[in-house]
Amino acid sequence: MTGEPVLTVADLSVRIAGLHILQGVSFTVAPTGVTVLLGRNGVGKTTTLRAVLGLTPRGGEARGTVRMGGRDLLDRPTHRLVRAGLGYVPEDRDVFAGLTVAENLRLAERRGTTPAYDRVFALFPELDRRGRQRAGSLSGGQQQMLAIGRVLLNDNRLLLVDEPTKGLAPKVVTEVAEVLERVAETVPVLLVEQNLAVVRRLATDAVVLSAGRVAWAGGAGELLGSAELTRSLLGVGSGEVRA
Amino acid sequence: MTDSMVEAPPARVPDELTPHRRGWHGLRPYLPLVALAVAAVLPYSTLELPGIFEGPLNSPGTLQLLAVCLVFGGLAAGYDLLFGRTGMLSFGHALYFAAGVYGTDILVTRAGLPLWQAALLTIVGGTILAGLLGAVALRTAGIAFAMVTLAFAQVGAILVARDFGGLTGGEEGLPLDVSGLPAGLVGVANTVNLYWLALAYLALVVFVVHRVSGSPTGRVLAGLRDDERRIGVLGLDPYRFKLVAFTLAGGLAAGGGVVYCLIVGGASPHITSSELTLSLLVMVVLGGPGTRWGPVLGGVGYMYLDHRLTAFGSSDAVESLPAFLSRPLSQPLFVLGTVFILAVYFFPGGLASLRTRLGPLARHLPARRSP
Amino acid sequence: MNTIVLLTLTGLGLAALYFLVASGLSLVFGLADVLNFAHGLFLGVGAYGTWWAAGNLPGAGGEGLGFVLAVAFGVAAGTVVAVLVELVLIRPLYSRTIEQVLVTVGLSLAGVALLQATWGADARPFPRPAWTRQVTGILGAQVPNGGLLLIVAAAVVLGALLAFLRWTRYGLIIRAGVENREMVTALGIDVRKAFTLVFAIGGAAAALAGALGGVYFGTVSPGQGGSLLIFAFIVVVIGGMGSVVGSAYAAVAVGLLQQFVNYYGASGVGDLCVVALLAVVLLLRPQGIAGKVAHA
Repeated sequence: MTGEPVLTVADLSVRIAGLHILQGVSFTVAPTGVTVLLGRNGVGKTTTLRAVLGLTPRGGEARGTVRMGGRDLLDRPTHRLVRAGLGYVPEDRDVFAGLTVAENLRLAERRGTTPAYDRVFALFPELDRRGRQRAGSLSGGQQQMLAIGRVLLNDNRLLLVDEPTKGLAPKVVTEVAEVLERVAETVPVLLVEQNLAVVRRLATDAVVLSAGRVAWAGGAGELLGSAELTRSLLGVGSGEVRA
Repeated sequence: MTDSMVEAPPARVPDELTPHRRGWHGLRPYLPLVALAVAAVLPYSTLELPGIFEGPLNSPGTLQLLAVCLVFGGLAAGYDLLFGRTGMLSFGHALYFAAGVYGTDILVTRAGLPLWQAALLTIVGGTILAGLLGAVALRTAGIAFAMVTLAFAQVGAILVARDFGGLTGGEEGLPLDVSGLPAGLVGVANTVNLYWLALAYLALVVFVVHRVSGSPTGRVLAGLRDDERRIGVLGLDPYRFKLVAFTLAGGLAAGGGVVYCLIVGGASPHITSSELTLSLLVMVVLGGPGTRWGPVLGGVGYMYLDHRLTAFGSSDAVESLPAFLSRPLSQPLFVLGTVFILAVYFFPGGLASLRTRLGPLARHLPARRSP
Repeated sequence: MNTIVLLTLTGLGLAALYFLVASGLSLVFGLADVLNFAHGLFLGVGAYGTWWAAGNLPGAGGEGLGFVLAVAFGVAAGTVVAVLVELVLIRPLYSRTIEQVLVTVGLSLAGVALLQATWGADARPFPRPAWTRQVTGILGAQVPNGGLLLIVAAAVVLGALLAFLRWTRYGLIIRAGVENREMVTALGIDVRKAFTLVFAIGGAAAALAGALGGVYFGTVSPGQGGSLLIFAFIVVVIGGMGSVVGSAYAAVAVGLLQQFVNYYGASGVGDLCVVALLAVVLLLRPQGIAGKVAHA
């Protein structure tokens, strides 16, 4: 890791409906490359991303500190955090199914800045062609492109990307990974990903969560290079990689 | 006050689960019995409480007011089985109460049945009605459920108001034909018996609700309130448990209707209005949802205020205020509605949370006195 | 034939009234998850505002432009009350759905009581221009002009709402927010501004319903909003929460059903059929005709 971290999470605890989902999670996100958040199902990866964005559900409570550029993010409203440069690509895409592709993109436009349509359409020419199509009728891969595209309409300091390849066909997984690789050249990414092939391709740093705590943090190469580490932390042999 | 907005309502923890402290709290389990005994012998008192009641405690007027209050205490406790204990927001609970009132009235007055038969048929009928309508309404959840129950209750209001077959007396209401009733329940002199009947109803409802919420079924209901998915994960069918609670609460409300019909001597269409259900909600929230005594206190207090505020509104103190103050204050619903809104903001646990809230203060005071 | 035309048009008049109330309820519920029992109060404020203005506001009256001014005043009053309710009472309870419902329940009880305290419980004669009391011959049927006025007003409101939802930035935000509110904030948009906006729109439409309903019925009373509100709720559920178009279809279905059955069956049976329709729709399609989508 080089340079000041773009995001510092310190002692983050989240309680939802009386359950301690996160118990003092601390890690940093490097200013370049892809930091990947790993762990078995239900260890709190998505909860971590959402807590950073201030999206802890009603009745839940997030404590600790989350800092970006010297400012504490916790307890600030989500829309302000996003405007301050946090781009969010949620789990399950969450595009607006009843709106057209063009409307989905237009929603992300902000007053006072010029939306970078050329950047988005250069990455995803299909979004330009399908502008009048309802987003609900797009394929899963196209919806994922739209979810990433609408975030790239604005300049971001950090992208939070939650399981972008979930439920996609193998060929589409590769396409999404390619896109994220290109995106990560210009903006740091905090990625939650289960697909180890994609992790192997993208990750520069890795943080492994286990039962609401950080079990391991360090270079992605070190983690994935050690069969013992991957087995003990992720419960898979290094050869057992889902494509 | 700002603290109280963030903190979860303490009233959500049932009384049964809070640890008992030593000392006089050892007596606490017996307090309900003491209260019941006091309430039972109250009609023997000729105490005058000026400003609180118009006549002495044993006057028929006071006893009737108290009886109505007790019935609504029981009604609110039954409604809390849905709202506070299971988390179901029904806006149609007035329907089952009204079914009890009109059912008794029609069976006695129009069909000429003896009271015990009419009461039994009415309660059974009200329970079946709740079971059937609940079976449909519970296919929805949350806000949609609220609207559906509201719509079903509206059917009751329409049926009563349009007076199909001349059964309900329409807008006029239907006075109860007392000629066939047991002599002990008829006449001003026997108001005390109606009072005891209302007290018995309240005690029964509190007992049933207490037993149900302490049972395994009650724990499932509490689980449904907190997080329905968790109950589903346990392999239990939320629908069936909710239907049981809905049916039971409907049956209890119908029973309250029978008693109310006897106390006021008939039925009038305003008891079918959605306003009554909204009032039940107000009672439970003011008292403290999910607690044993909160809804009872809320129901009794609400009905008392509803009656007394009318008198208060026409009192000299209020009359002498400028019109823009005195006119709203003479409307009980304005006062109660406003108090309710304030309670939602500042007293999310209702009256029942007062003890927990004032507890630290009370412990603090004697400590100061002894240096 | 005459009877059928007359029943259709009076049924549509009723539908227009339902739509004016239900469209706002539906948007408020769809976007902000608030089941607004105080919506009937906005209607009452609109009706009494118009009634008061016609008698007291300089320039306003019961005829011509004066009447238009009186209605405008009533609508403005309803809008202001709705915005204040959102800002002062609803917003502090953001995302606490049950508490919000409770507050609107308290508000509906207290608000109606306040109207009653101020202007009495009895119905008062409503100022209405002479031409609204006359009838127009349509295909041989003598249709009251007050009802036609309602139909035209509702059609205009429907068109305006759809254009607003379809073509404006805030319309886009509302449509998106009805679908997934959280994701709208995650795109950097302060969705609460849109909440205030839908309350304002809903309040204005309900106040208009109050004013024109007063013309249609000829009287105004504090409880008027409450009984309309229940049928408006039914329209919202049948139409699908959050859908303006769904509300329009459902309002027409409910209005016509009620009018025809009440005429050909016994009075009141139509109301029962409406509730039966609600039960059937819920059993077949729990999400309503249109589902939870704000269609443009």
